[in-house]
Amino acid sequence: MAVTLAPGRAATARPRPRKNRRSLSPGRIVAWTYLGIVVLITLFPFYWILRTALSNNYKLSTHPSSPLPVGFTWGAFERVLGIASTADAQAQGGSGAAINIALYLRNSLIYASVQTVLIVLFASAGAYAFSRLHWRGRNLVFNILITALMVPSVFTLLPNFVFVKDLGLTNTFAGLILPGALFQAFTLFFLRQFMLGLSNEVEEAAILDGAGPLRIFFRIVLPMSSAPIATVSLLMFVNAWNDYFWPLLITNSQDVEPLTLALGVFKQSSPQAAPDWAGLMAAALVAALPMLLLFVAFGKRIVNSIGFSGLK
Amino acid sequence: MVVTSQGEPKTPTPPPSAAVTTTATAPGSTPRIRKTRSARRASRYAPTRSAAARRRDLPVALLLIIPSVVGFAVFYAYPTLRGIYLSFTDFHVLTPPHWVGLANFHQMFGDDVFWHSLLVTVYFVILAVVFGTLASLVTAVVLHRVTKSSALRGVILLPFLISNVIAALVWQWMLDPSLGVVSLVLQHLTGHSILFFGSSAWAIPSLAAISIWKWMGYYSLLIFAGLQTIPSTIYEAGRVDGAGEVQMFRRLTVPLLRPILVMVVVLTVINSFQVFDIVQVTTQGGPANASNVLQMYIYSKAFRQFDFGYAATLSLALFALLITVTFTQLRLARANESDLS
Repeated sequence: MAVTLAPGRAATARPRPRKNRRSLSPGRIVAWTYLGIVVLITLFPFYWILRTALSNNYKLSTHPSSPLPVGFTWGAFERVLGIASTADAQAQGGSGAAINIALYLRNSLIYASVQTVLIVLFASAGAYAFSRLHWRGRNLVFNILITALMVPSVFTLLPNFVFVKDLGLTNTFAGLILPGALFQAFTLFFLRQFMLGLSNEVEEAAILDGAGPLRIFFRIVLPMSSAPIATVSLLMFVNAWNDYFWPLLITNSQDVEPLTLALGVFKQSSPQAAPDWAGLMAAALVAALPMLLLFVAFGKRIVNSIGFSGLK
Repeated sequence: MVVTSQGEPKTPTPPPSAAVTTTATAPGSTPRIRKTRSARRASRYAPTRSAAARRRDLPVALLLIIPSVVGFAVFYAYPTLRGIYLSFTDFHVLTPPHWVGLANFHQMFGDDVFWHSLLVTVYFVILAVVFGTLASLVTAVVLHRVTKSSALRGVILLPFLISNVIAALVWQWMLDPSLGVVSLVLQHLTGHSILFFGSSAWAIPSLAAISIWKWMGYYSLLIFAGLQTIPSTIYEAGRVDGAGEVQMFRRLTVPLLRPILVMVVVLTVINSFQVFDIVQVTTQGGPANASNVLQMYIYSKAFRQFDFGYAATLSLALFALLITVTFTQLRLARANESDLS
């Protein structure tokens, strides 16, 4: 592109000037070096989690900067999954206290998936009413709802905590899930924006064939919106899975606490002076695994959705 | 961020970011309908449709928006008003709140810990915004210039997908003064050891570094999406005029990217002012309040000292601050306008 347009370069003697230029230019070398460093900084912590999780916690201190696992063992994972005996766990520098990660995994799964299903369902319904149906006051109501984008979560968290506590819903999944399950301004906004752009033709044809608004919603608009619905579901699931502050306020029993909380507690409750870093990293890996799997499965969709959600 | 009401859907507008997204409608799901006939009928039907449709749509619309409206009223509007009310009260959860007027605000203005928290938070925000935006911009531009690989873009997005808690834990482990690999390598190279989380001078920069590590990929991809909307003809014209890479970056890329850069800065500011997770996991505000950011201070007031009234006042102050800063930024930067249009 550059070479063909630049005047005076056309008569160059080299047979494939463009290719040569591309591979040899110092600018490109600098650029790739920079990208290499960025990728290294991005990925190294992930490698270090794995390396530490596969190490023996006692022996970690003997070779703290060894690039490979020290005293390779699955012990940390066994401790985290609760299948190591207390004696084994203590021999490898674990605390011996069990954290029931299966239970926390279950809690996180319930929290993230129920909230995602509900918010996406309600937001699609709302988005349809605010984009495809015609009724007096539609834009007014929508503009009022969307002011929620301006209220930072820090401001609503305390009163919401008091409210949920008054309802007696602390330490329940209902209390954990409900505030984010009915309405989130971004989800509604995102889906409405997409539905506004759908073509009228199919819908009007369906009206002529006698379909009512509800039928049109379920049979036509929902299927046509499957791509943005999938995208927004992914984003909501990741958000809920990684949520920390709201669960911290609302739960303190391991029957409902999600994984993010368990990790923090796990670190603080290690009874010995030195934390069980190997166990902690193994737990972190287990906690991040669902996100990493989602990433492998839907990486491209997630990457492309960033542009879509950002440039709303 | 900037919300404008859309035109009537009778004139279909293209999806807002058709240029940058590949998540397009799947046309395969279109039901079987004879288009020509229906189109002919629709045009005859159109003039009367609106009024009739309005009457028929209303009940269904009201039914469909019930969850959203209830959710908004119960979990946004009501807590916002209640938060404002609570900030004028003395409230310790067990006993009902009682009105104390401006006492909490007087207390806040004389509260040294609050002012220190504000200072520390602003320091964190400045570090995160300046270095985070710079790193994201450079990464996005370099990516855009040398490769179209979406795998590479996926890789730099990875930290965005894991929770703040995990990001904080792994960095705390790598920066551990005695066993952390980064500390050891630094010590080997420079001969000095740094207490990243244990010293007042380094606590905030360390936290900002974790935050930048976690968010840089996400912001890079936002900027990358913006870069894809700039037509390449502009660069070709620049090249014909003899502009170099650096000159084109300063004269073409940055001005054309302004709306998206403003958005990245605004998002970073809003997120950074509310930083909490990574502080709670690593320093818990220490050492000696050195990293006691506002949200941390609010949390400890409310949940360690159960002083909910005062905590609500602090939240109100943070809310006011965020609104002011956001609007000032948007106004200063004229975010809605791009030189492209």
